[in-house]
Amino acid sequence: MKLYCLSNDLAKSCFVVSFKERLFMLDCGLTEQTVLNFLPLPLVQSSKLSTLPNYPPFLEIKECCGRTFIDSAPEFGTPSEKMVDFSEIDVIFISNYLNMLALPYITEGTDFKGTVYATEPTLQIGRFFLEELVEYIESAPKASSASFWKDMLNLLPPPLSDAYKPKNWKQIFTMKDVNNSVARVKIAGYDEKLDILGVLQATPVSSGFCLGSSNWVLTTSHEKICYVSGSSTLTTHPRPINQSALKHADVLIMTGLTQAPTVNPDTKLGELCINVAMTIRNNGSCLIPCYPSGVVYDLFECLTQNLENSGLANVPMFFITPVADSSLAYSNILAEWLSSAKQNKVYVPDDPFPHAFLLKNNKLKHYKHIYSEGFSTDFRQPCVVFCGHPSLRFGDAVHFIEMWGNNPNNSIIFTEPDFPYLQALAPYQPLAMKACYCPIETSLNFQQANKLIKDLKPGVLVIPEQYTKPHPSTPTLCIDQPQDKKVITFKCGEIIKLPLKRKMDRVYLSSELAQKIVPKEVVTGVNLSTITGILHVKDNVSHIVPCDEAEAAEITYKCPSREDLLKKVKYEYGNLDIELFMKKLQQDGITDARLERNTGGQGTSFTITIPSEDTVVKIEENSTHIVCGGKPSLRLKLRDFLMKCIQNF
Amino acid sequence: MPDIKITPLGAGQDVGRSCLLLEIGGKNIMLDCGLHMGFNDERRFPDFSYIVPEGPITSHIDCVIISHFHLDHCGALPYMSEMIGYNGPIYMTHPTKAIAPILLEDMRKVAVERKGESNFFTTQMIKDCMKKVIAVTLHQSVMVDSELEIKAYYAGHVLGAAMFWIRVGSQSVVYTGDYNMTPDRHLGAAWIDKCRPDLLITESTYATTIRDSKRCRERDFLKKVHECVAKGGKVLIPVFALGRAQELCILLETYWERMNLKYPIYFAVGLTEKANTYYKMFITWTNQKIRKTFVQRNMFDFKHIKPFDKGYIDNPGAMVVFATPGMLHAGLSLQIFKKWAPNENNMVIMPGYCVQGTVGHKILGGAKKVEFENKQTVDVKMSVEYMSFSAHADAKGIMQLIQNCEPKNVMLVHGEAEKMEFLKSKIKEEFKINCYMPANGETCVISTPVKIPVDVSLSLLKAESKMYNAQPPDPKRRRLIHGVLVVKDNKIILMELKDVFMEYGINKHIMRYTSKVKIDDPGPKLRVAEKLFNILQEKLSEWVVKFQENGKIVVESVEISIEDLSSSGMASTSDTDTSQSQSQKNICVTWNNQDEDLGSYILNLLHNIS
Repeated sequence: MKLYCLSNDLAKSCFVVSFKERLFMLDCGLTEQTVLNFLPLPLVQSSKLSTLPNYPPFLEIKECCGRTFIDSAPEFGTPSEKMVDFSEIDVIFISNYLNMLALPYITEGTDFKGTVYATEPTLQIGRFFLEELVEYIESAPKASSASFWKDMLNLLPPPLSDAYKPKNWKQIFTMKDVNNSVARVKIAGYDEKLDILGVLQATPVSSGFCLGSSNWVLTTSHEKICYVSGSSTLTTHPRPINQSALKHADVLIMTGLTQAPTVNPDTKLGELCINVAMTIRNNGSCLIPCYPSGVVYDLFECLTQNLENSGLANVPMFFITPVADSSLAYSNILAEWLSSAKQNKVYVPDDPFPHAFLLKNNKLKHYKHIYSEGFSTDFRQPCVVFCGHPSLRFGDAVHFIEMWGNNPNNSIIFTEPDFPYLQALAPYQPLAMKACYCPIETSLNFQQANKLIKDLKPGVLVIPEQYTKPHPSTPTLCIDQPQDKKVITFKCGEIIKLPLKRKMDRVYLSSELAQKIVPKEVVTGVNLSTITGILHVKDNVSHIVPCDEAEAAEITYKCPSREDLLKKVKYEYGNLDIELFMKKLQQDGITDARLERNTGGQGTSFTITIPSEDTVVKIEENSTHIVCGGKPSLRLKLRDFLMKCIQNF
Repeated sequence: MPDIKITPLGAGQDVGRSCLLLEIGGKNIMLDCGLHMGFNDERRFPDFSYIVPEGPITSHIDCVIISHFHLDHCGALPYMSEMIGYNGPIYMTHPTKAIAPILLEDMRKVAVERKGESNFFTTQMIKDCMKKVIAVTLHQSVMVDSELEIKAYYAGHVLGAAMFWIRVGSQSVVYTGDYNMTPDRHLGAAWIDKCRPDLLITESTYATTIRDSKRCRERDFLKKVHECVAKGGKVLIPVFALGRAQELCILLETYWERMNLKYPIYFAVGLTEKANTYYKMFITWTNQKIRKTFVQRNMFDFKHIKPFDKGYIDNPGAMVVFATPGMLHAGLSLQIFKKWAPNENNMVIMPGYCVQGTVGHKILGGAKKVEFENKQTVDVKMSVEYMSFSAHADAKGIMQLIQNCEPKNVMLVHGEAEKMEFLKSKIKEEFKINCYMPANGETCVISTPVKIPVDVSLSLLKAESKMYNAQPPDPKRRRLIHGVLVVKDNKIILMELKDVFMEYGINKHIMRYTSKVKIDDPGPKLRVAEKLFNILQEKLSEWVVKFQENGKIVVESVEISIEDLSSSGMASTSDTDTSQSQSQKNICVTWNNQDEDLGSYILNLLHNIS
């Protein structure tokens, strides 16, 4: 079993595992941080951005606020294509919607022919993320696309000069690619046992991180591999993590730990609410860059409550994304995927998320874009705007920064940890509006991960190398190396061998065959029985059924087949009971049998001679040799006797 | 051969009060716990005393599975859990868990408040009962205990209806509940994979019907309704609050819109709003089309359909009223029926099956006068129409499902005996499998072959597959596997022979036989051996015959060597003439006990040659 690491983004993984001569891809994450190297895409032409000086000698690189940016349609880091042949991948398992955004590149851009599995919310919400990305970028088209710089990294200043494999960066796919790609995804439910080509059973189990997020458990009759990605032990809106399903794995691959390990999401949520309230009191407005689903649902809930408590109940909230309506609508029909508190609401019946109520009361309004019908009439300040994209390189957020950036009463609050906020803000400097960083990251932190690992007791733990290195500011933040467990680390671009030695497989005995088996206790507690059967292999599942019954005819005249031979076979063990054998000879009237004991050489041996039948039987501790010069019928008789004087199974 | 035992406590050659006891692999499972609408006495509940005459029932039932929210499938559940006292797990889907308590409460009100019955379960009992319910999602594998596994499949009969696959060890059963194999206006079609259960227990409500196309039936329905209201008549459509009602509403709503009709349509269900909320929240359980468009337009937001008020009963003029319950056995629909029945302009459309004993069943049978408990009689002059909108599979659908899941046996329940007989013979004929149709209280025993899971050493399998793959491909070639089964600590492992001797320190005892055949051949030993080799190769075509450099011929453990008689120390002494010894040779054949048949065959062959 081998693990190929195709992504260099710890939070947006992509692995390929080879197992039982098949290739399985685990997640298909898109590295979006690359877009921070590009100039923002404003909805209306910005005089500032269009008059930036070049960074010589490049015409496609601009200088802005003391940094360099690529003046081009943004590009994304995609899974490495050099390590595996995508056409040979049999199945892709997706763990959550944040980890499937490179899927169109794989399904539409390569010869991939396999199957993709994801849960229903992962598929639906993943589609929203993909559609949003495409719409954002297509709604502010860029004529140019830059590529010269990729060959001249040494001429560029950091961070561009440190770009990781920029030739792997790609422009966004089309809406058609998105539609075709999601159409290929097969839906799986939590705890559904999927038969994967008869080779293994795959089960997505709840990971507690976001709607429909799952960890994958791959099992065969004797091996268990768990892939843990994007998990949370906190209580938010999704179904809680199913830990017991992950226990005692032979191999546990763990990734997607928190990107903000030093902060507590609850504290940051509190800070966010305080910041929003302060901004509003100062007559300013708040911009919260966000994704179209996920923590944003919790923010709606917490923030309204908090504003109400602060006497600011009438502050309007706007949720602006091309998929706002679908995202809000879907969140309230996925009851089966929610925490039990939310789930129980549908039995009332009541909408599981309070934002349904906020929408009815016009406290929360949603629009596809700022230029959508109704927005300009409804829009009033101060207000709170939730909108994308968290990178601040495209989407309506770009517009709000340009509009609100000069006013120190306004604020921008970062909650998504995917992008370093200072880098996100870099092209907008100098900025008067306040910027707060309140990352609300619910995935496992190191402490929680260490506890989880301790509980799960995996045979081998496989983690990215970075997780074993202490965090620069807080040295305790890393994955502990358990003394008794094996830990294997990997780096991006590496292929590592996982120590999973397969020794056993599973077959099924038919009841007809089983009924014929009479096990014999050969050693205390160990019962043995030699069996011969016909192996039927169908869909990679093996069954053993009995051989045909022996024909009654005398088989000595017909050449026996291997099957004829084997189906009767038993194996002798232990010592021959010589006394009994002599007695049997006597009883049969063979009176001239003579027993001799030979000592010396290698231990004791015996010789029985029967002169009348020209036969000698030599008996040693572990062997008996019958040299028979007489009639075949006599030999068969002797054989009969011998079989009664020795044990077999 | 372990058995699977099924005893219907209801729905055996009967429609209504579905309740089956299933015994599989030592587990006892109750499939549905329904109520008979045709009775008002204790006969409406399944006979729980069958399970255990007295005392607690919980220890006798491992779990209860409810297929969908219709009362003839879940109506007796609070009675069983709260009044009989069953405390074990109850499984159903999320929508069923949400909707069932509403229908139960509805029924309770009718029974207790309108009919004044006592000894009926209370509102609190319904609530307590639902607390025992564990909701499952489609295709989720649920381990009831370490041995019993269940899994739900989409059944398409009503919102949240499911078929259940049940497995213990290698035995499995599929119970369909009620299902529908053709997608309708709001639900999708039932689906199951090729799970090859030992037994498929299927409903057979429409065992003999091959229904015409859905579209024709819909057109027919709309035409009849339209004609009736056009001449000023009133149309009563008795329905159950959830299910068919929503489908017919969608149908009428779109028709009214298209034809620009203004006649009022009322929905007298009391929980219209609630019912539609459920449909909105469980939209993932509806069909593809509704799921795709729900963000833009919710199909369950009706424009033309208004809530009903009892005062409207006597309103003049045309109207269409949906009222519960569906079989005219009680409640508002019956009340409206009594008022409207004597007028020949009016019409009642029965959109579903009516069980025996209900008013619905009587008027469908052509009754022109209906008698009620209080000696009150009503003349039925209104036209009575039956339109099969019940989302049950028809004969074609049932056959389709059998084909899809490939069961080894089929059992028919939830249908009428004669119709079942017909379908049973059809199933036997077409699929060549056994088909059963037990009556209530009759236990049906089905023996199933078991297969025993065994761990096998990979090296053994690999050796076999190496040998198999080395031969020219032939799909008919049998793959022979030979090893030693080790039973130790309740585990069964199939191992290679050599590993067994090593692993358990057993002393192998090799038993060998040697015999000789004299032949007369003047040639040199090697030449004679070659001759023999050719003969053996021809005769033992199935075996690998090896010719060694020293002139020895080897087949498996059988070794054949030639010795000059003169030089042979083992030469026999009695019946040989030593003077001809130059041309005489001994063929010495030796083999292991395991190759006895091969050895004695070769020996015999050599005897015949000489």
